[in-house]
Order: sequence, then C-alpha cells, then structure tokens
Amino acid sequence: MARQPEGPPPPPVAQRVRMRYAKRGRLRFTSHRDFTRAFERALRRAGVPMAYSAGFTPHPKISYVGSVAPTGVASEAEYLEVGLASVLDVDRLRAALDVSLPDGLDLLECVEVRPGSDALADRIDASAWRIELPGVAAADLAAALDSFLAAERVEVERLTKAGRKQLDARAAVVGASASAAPGQDDCAILELVVRQVTPAVRPDDVLAALRAVAGLVPAVPPRATRLAQGRLDGGGRLTDPLAPDRAADIPATEAAGGPRPEGQAVPSVGSTPSG
Amino acid sequence: MESVFPLLEPLLPRVQKPIQYVGGELNSTVKDWDAVTVRWALMYPDAYEVGLPNQGVMILYELLNERPDALAERTYAVWPDLEALLREHGIPQFTVDGHRPVGAFDVLGVSFATELGYTNMLTALDLAGIPLSAADRGPQHPLVIAGGHAAFNPEPIAEFIDAAVLGDGEEAAGEITSLIAEWKDAGSPGGREEILYRLARSGGVYVPRFYDVDYLPDGRIQRVVPNRTGVPHRVHKRTVMDLDGWPYPKQPLVPLAESVHERMSVEIFRGCTRGCRFCQAGMITRPVRERSITGIGEMVQRGLDSTGFEEVGLLSLSSADHSEIADITRGLADRYEGTNTSLSLPSTRVDAFNVDLANELSRNGRRSGLTFAPEGGSERLRRVINKMVSREDLIRTVSTAYASGWRQVKLYFMCGLPTETDEDVLEIASMAHEVIRAGREAAGTRDVRCTVSIGAFVPKPHTPFQWAAQAAPDVVDARLRKLRDAIQAERSLGRAIGFRYHDGQPSLVEGLLSRGDRRVAAVIRRVWADGGRFDGWSEHFSYSRWMDAAAAVGVDVGWYTTRERGENEVLPWDHLDSGLDKEWLWADWQDALSEEEQDDCRWTPCFDCGVCPGMGTEIQVGPTGQTLLPMPTVRPALASNG
Repeated sequence: MARQPEGPPPPPVAQRVRMRYAKRGRLRFTSHRDFTRAFERALRRAGVPMAYSAGFTPHPKISYVGSVAPTGVASEAEYLEVGLASVLDVDRLRAALDVSLPDGLDLLECVEVRPGSDALADRIDASAWRIELPGVAAADLAAALDSFLAAERVEVERLTKAGRKQLDARAAVVGASASAAPGQDDCAILELVVRQVTPAVRPDDVLAALRAVAGLVPAVPPRATRLAQGRLDGGGRLTDPLAPDRAADIPATEAAGGPRPEGQAVPSVGSTPSG
Repeated sequence: MESVFPLLEPLLPRVQKPIQYVGGELNSTVKDWDAVTVRWALMYPDAYEVGLPNQGVMILYELLNERPDALAERTYAVWPDLEALLREHGIPQFTVDGHRPVGAFDVLGVSFATELGYTNMLTALDLAGIPLSAADRGPQHPLVIAGGHAAFNPEPIAEFIDAAVLGDGEEAAGEITSLIAEWKDAGSPGGREEILYRLARSGGVYVPRFYDVDYLPDGRIQRVVPNRTGVPHRVHKRTVMDLDGWPYPKQPLVPLAESVHERMSVEIFRGCTRGCRFCQAGMITRPVRERSITGIGEMVQRGLDSTGFEEVGLLSLSSADHSEIADITRGLADRYEGTNTSLSLPSTRVDAFNVDLANELSRNGRRSGLTFAPEGGSERLRRVINKMVSREDLIRTVSTAYASGWRQVKLYFMCGLPTETDEDVLEIASMAHEVIRAGREAAGTRDVRCTVSIGAFVPKPHTPFQWAAQAAPDVVDARLRKLRDAIQAERSLGRAIGFRYHDGQPSLVEGLLSRGDRRVAAVIRRVWADGGRFDGWSEHFSYSRWMDAAAAVGVDVGWYTTRERGENEVLPWDHLDSGLDKEWLWADWQDALSEEEQDDCRWTPCFDCGVCPGMGTEIQVGPTGQTLLPMPTVRPALASNG
C-alpha cells in the first residue's frame, strides 16, 4: 500500500478571481514558464491564501486563459484565473500582488468571479497587436500590407523545436493597418487583429509573410506588444473579456475605483494607412 | 556609466533564453555609479542558470551593496550565440544589473567553484577589453581578483589574475574595498602596482606578481619567494567566525529564468572535520562553525518572506552533522506545516539517523529518492579514504529507507581512488545487488530502485591526496565498463539498478588545472584561443582540444596528473596557507596508504591538523539548547480579509 498524505484534504476554493497582467520592457523576454514561477512566488510573498490541489505535490489553483504572448513579445493583456482558500478584497489583492512581482510584470486588474459565470476562455478568440518597425517607412509597410491582404494564403515557415513547420499567416488576420509612429517618420506601426487559431499565428509569422509577399525586411528587430485579447464582435472589434465579471461586481469596484481598460478600438480588414 | 542595454536589446531576440541577460531579478540592486568610490563586478564564470544561485556571489553582492562607499553588480558567462553577436556589434561584457561594461569597474571578482571555469574567465576578460595577461593591464583596467575553492591553487591562472583571496570572502571583500577606497581617495598614488602592493602587504590577499617561482632542472619547483619586501612569505586563508553575525544572504536573489537550484538556501554550518581524504572542501574550510538553531530559523523566515520560494535547502558539507539538526528539522517542519513549503537537507550520510531526518522533512510529502555516499566500493578502500561505512551499515540503512516508503536510493561512488584495484570497484556491483534484495524484502514489493552514480576521482591541493597519482582515463573507463557488466550480470537485480558515470577524460583535465603550476597557463590560453568555452559542460568540452594544446605548448599532462609526488617536493601551492600542516597532511597520506582511519575532532580530542592554532580559530558547535517557536507565516494584511 503506497503512502498517502496525512491530515485533512486541502481547503476548497472559496473565491475565484480573474486577473489581467502585463509583460513590459525588458521583462518581455520572460517566457511563460518563467512567468508561472514568478507568479507563484509573488503569491507566496504576498501571503495570498491559495487553494491547492490534493496529493503529495499540491499545486496552487491557477489557470492561464487565452493564448500566451511569445517570449520577447510585450503584452498589456494576459489573463489568468486563481482559486483562493478564503475571500479577499480584490483591489487589495491586486495591489499586494503587483508589489510582489518584479517591475515589468505588472498586475493590472483583479475581478471576482460570480457563481454561474461563463468560462473566461469562452470570451477570448482573438488578439490585437501593435508592432513597431524602426527604420521602416509607413508607406513601405502600407504597400507590403496591401499585397499581404490581397493574398488568400501566405505560407510561412516557422522554426520549432520539432523542426520546420509550414503555416498560413493570412487567414487568421482579420484586421490590419499601417501608420507612422507619432513624430517618427522612420518608424512604421503595424496594428493587427488576429484570430486565435491552431497553429497560432504570431506577430513574427505576419512579419515573415510581409517579407515573403513584398520583401519587407526591417533592419532592426521589430517590437511587438499585445494590446488586447477578447471576442471579436460583428464590427471586427474585441470585447473586454472581464467586462461581464466587472458588471456583476459593481459595488466593490466602484468603492475602490479599480482600473478599467478602455475599449480597444481596432482596425478593420483592409483599412489604409493613416499617417 | 552608460548602460549598454540599448545596444544589447536588439540582439536579444536572436539568442537562446534572453531572459538570462536582462537582470531585474527580485532583490537585485542597481546603485548610483557616481555616488560610490569602489565598484565591484562579481562574476560566476559559468552560465547564468548555474551562477545565479551561487551563495558566495550572492553574499558578497549583498554585503558590498550595503556599504555606502561601494556598489556590486553581477556578470556571468555568455553563451557562444551571444558571444558571437557581442563581438560582431562591438558590445563589451556587461553586468546584468546596470548593464554596465565590466571594464569600467574597479574590481572584477571571479568566484571559482571549479577549475573548469578558467576558459570562461578569459572570454569575459577579452569581451570586456581587459588584457588577458595581468602584466599588460593599465590604470584604466579593473583589478581581477579570484576567489572560491579553486583559488587555493590559483597558480595555473596566476598570469591572468591580479590577486586571489583564499577562504571566506565576507570580511576580505570589505577590507579590500576599504584599501581601494583609501587609495583612490588619495588620488591613486603609484597606480596599479601600488594598490596591489598594499593589498599584498595586508597579508590576506595573494598577488602572484610579487612571488617568483624557480624550477629545478627536472621540472619540479625549487622554491617560491617574494620579490618585494613587506610581502608575506605565505598568504593565509580567511576564516569568518560566528556565522550568526553574518546572516547573508538576507534577501536572496530570485531569478526569472529557471536556474539549477529553484530554492532558497540557508548555510547551516561552514567547515567539516569528517576528514574524508579526497575532499578538498572539507580540508580547506576548517574548523566547523555552526549557525545556531535560532539564527537558522530567522534566516529561513526572512528569506521565504523576501523570495516566495517554496523550498528551503539547509546547506553545508554534511548537514546531518549539525549538533541540533533533529530540533532544526522538526522545528521547521512544524512551523511550515500546511504552507506547502518543502525543506531539503542535502546529506549523504550512510546511517539510520539520516533516514529519520529525511522522513521528518518529507512527513507529508512524496518520498522519492534518498542519496547515500559510501564513495569507495570496498571496506578496504573506504578505510583508505577515511569514509568508514561497513557493508552492514549500508544495507541496514537502505533497508530502513525502503521500509519507510522511499522507493529509490542513490549511491555515490568514486573511481580511480589511491590504491584502488578492479576488485574494489567490482564490489560496488555486489553491494548494489544486495541493496535491491534487501530493499525488496524491506519494502515488501519488487518496486524498488537503486542508482549507482560514479565519477572519476581528482586529487586536489591541500588534501592528504595532494601527492597521489591520478588514475589515467583509460584505467577509470575500463573499470567502469567492468562494473557495468558486473551489475548487469545478475539480470533480475540488474534491471532495478541504474548506472550513471562520468568518463575519465574531463577529470584528467580538471586534475591538470587543480594541481598545475604557472606553466599550465599557456595550455589554458591556447585552449581558449582554439575556442574552448564552458568546459564544465560535456557538450562543449573537448578532450582533444586540451591534449593538443598541451602538446603544442610543451606541457606534459601526465607529469602533472598521473605522477605521484614525493614528500619533499615543493608543491605549487605551498606558499598558500590553508592552515593545514604539510607534515600532518603527509602523515594522513601515509595513514591512508596503511588503511588507518582518522576520527572527527568535534567528538574526539584534537589531532593537530594545524588549522585552529595557525589561523587563530576554534570549533564553534552547539547545542545551544534553544528551540524554534511557531511563527505566523501568513501576512496579516491579506489574511485579515478572510
């Protein structure tokens, strides 16, 4: 008979909290695995009473929702959900966790999940990205983008641990626009709305596609940031995935004046460069 | 001082694991460059994932940054992918804290846990724009100071370093900082030579350039003598007394990147007097100085609060030997019960007490593997190395372990020990078979495993085996093959036994660097120039590169490694004082050859190894009689909302 853990089973989940966090600056080089370790340590530093799984190696109840921004890509909109062993004030929880995370991994918002709420994963099916291309003129980007959008498929190759993989970078792109960075003639901005599909189409894949269709090769590595995740509405816009929870939780958030992301204005398919 | 990060950043998407180069770890510090006088770059000359958890670097980093007149930043070996990009773009070796060029610091302190980091130091010097030879450096270059266990014989790198510090760095780093600050405040009189002279004169810093080495016609060393007045004939190791007065690191660094030790470490004592004759660490860190049970409790609590780690390692050379270890493990296990905090005790003692401790620490956790280190295959050989464990002890101990729910036992051995024969090593096979037989019976199941892990022995300076002939790689490899065959000969038992070994070639190179003299520098330089990097990593290590380089510069590797030394030979490190009397070491070497054991001076009268009177130190052990009090472990700020 194998040994069993002694004592009572771990306490059940008393409260579920959904969180949005950002990966910024130099810490955009944090991988997802790196983040999970840092987050678990932050929970312990902040003294958050986590609910744990049972067994000899109990794990804190944390689930990551939506897609995960690739290593090297910044994000303003990563999502996770935790199970707590006791009920906390979510604004104090947010503040305590943010202080406990390294600068650059920033906890932006915590909302309580009401019983009967639908799954967060069901509220996310697309991402909005903003990609800075230093050394690229906006007109050149716009021209490349036109060729890309005119194509039905653009096959690109990605190097994975398993070897080279072919994928179509075009179909998942539902919105794209080119502009110039404000006050910077030599830095183009590419904004994308990309459906979360399998295999995932990442900013790098779209850039590879622009190279393939129009020979656009930035001299300096572009810097990508995920601005939002959410569900595409009919107008090609992303809905805020935490909005339903926030709506159910008005008294608490009003009292604390917690942060709320602005609705993301995102470009629609085929829009033309604005700058 | 400008950060090179804007130059580095565009390169990072092109390298493996860029997170290791960006810094920003929890509890890291970037101080104002212009607000201090003395700036240290601390290097662990291996990859970030290995170097970051290093306790020595962490302690000095924190101590130096606490000083108002100093700052310390860290730098690690960059992988070849980034090295190539740094060269292509003209970016220097940088610190991960402020991303400042290493060449701009006053001191580059390099901590050598192993000699296999020497080539990585040369890469860092070269990338930093610091001339490889200390003699070629000017006033603008940092002082390159070596520390760590390998610094007890820094002769093979004497050409590349300006100075070395032997022993504990806590006080030494502070004293060096004060001397440099005083010299800089006076306008750096006399330049580089003068500050090195002041350091050398202080007695605790070895400056190779102030010592001349003369050789005999047969190649042996005739003598090592100071070439300047006021420089001591022998340089003494440093010893910190009263560990409770040095509770560092107080705020351990927490990396974002995954590292080799994902836990917080607390050093529960320093030094070891078990007297294992192969063990350099045990010889050069004497005497034993314990941290008290309450001091340990405070460090664990403060460290967990500031890091959020979920595992605590209670470190030392033989942690089960702490005089209050049972109270410490029970106290900590009680205190952190129910917090999902695990405790680990690296201990390889072969006795039932060790199993009790392991049971206590895993009282509510999984019991996967326990490690024991008999080190030598036969009882005869274990008398030679002074690691007295009888075969009956071992079988009884592993039976206890299997009976308490452990399913896997790891056994550590060495191959190529002095006086060893094939028969000594083959006894490991029959011992492993008996372990499995006894384990199946004790556990009442066939589901028990045993792993035999074995590496080649390297004779080290300042040990009784410093005179011994190292076994040639082909001898070691042949014995390991025979051992593997013998383990597998009993099929039903052999299937339950894992066999892990390290082949003998890297050990021969380690042996060359361990017991080498100044003439070995030419080999290191040549290997580095031929592309040698990360020699501690099997995928980067090249035996032929080392052998070819040695042949090219006329260094006879066998003379340095497989040759037994005589009693009167001047050893390259004789002018470096670890406190151990050379006469005592020789007597212990003779005792080894006649298979006589030596007791532990913690529990028996002093046997005059020489350390305490020579260094003005004493054994500091408990018991203190104190106990650990339960403490609140959840912060009130959030918990009160429950």
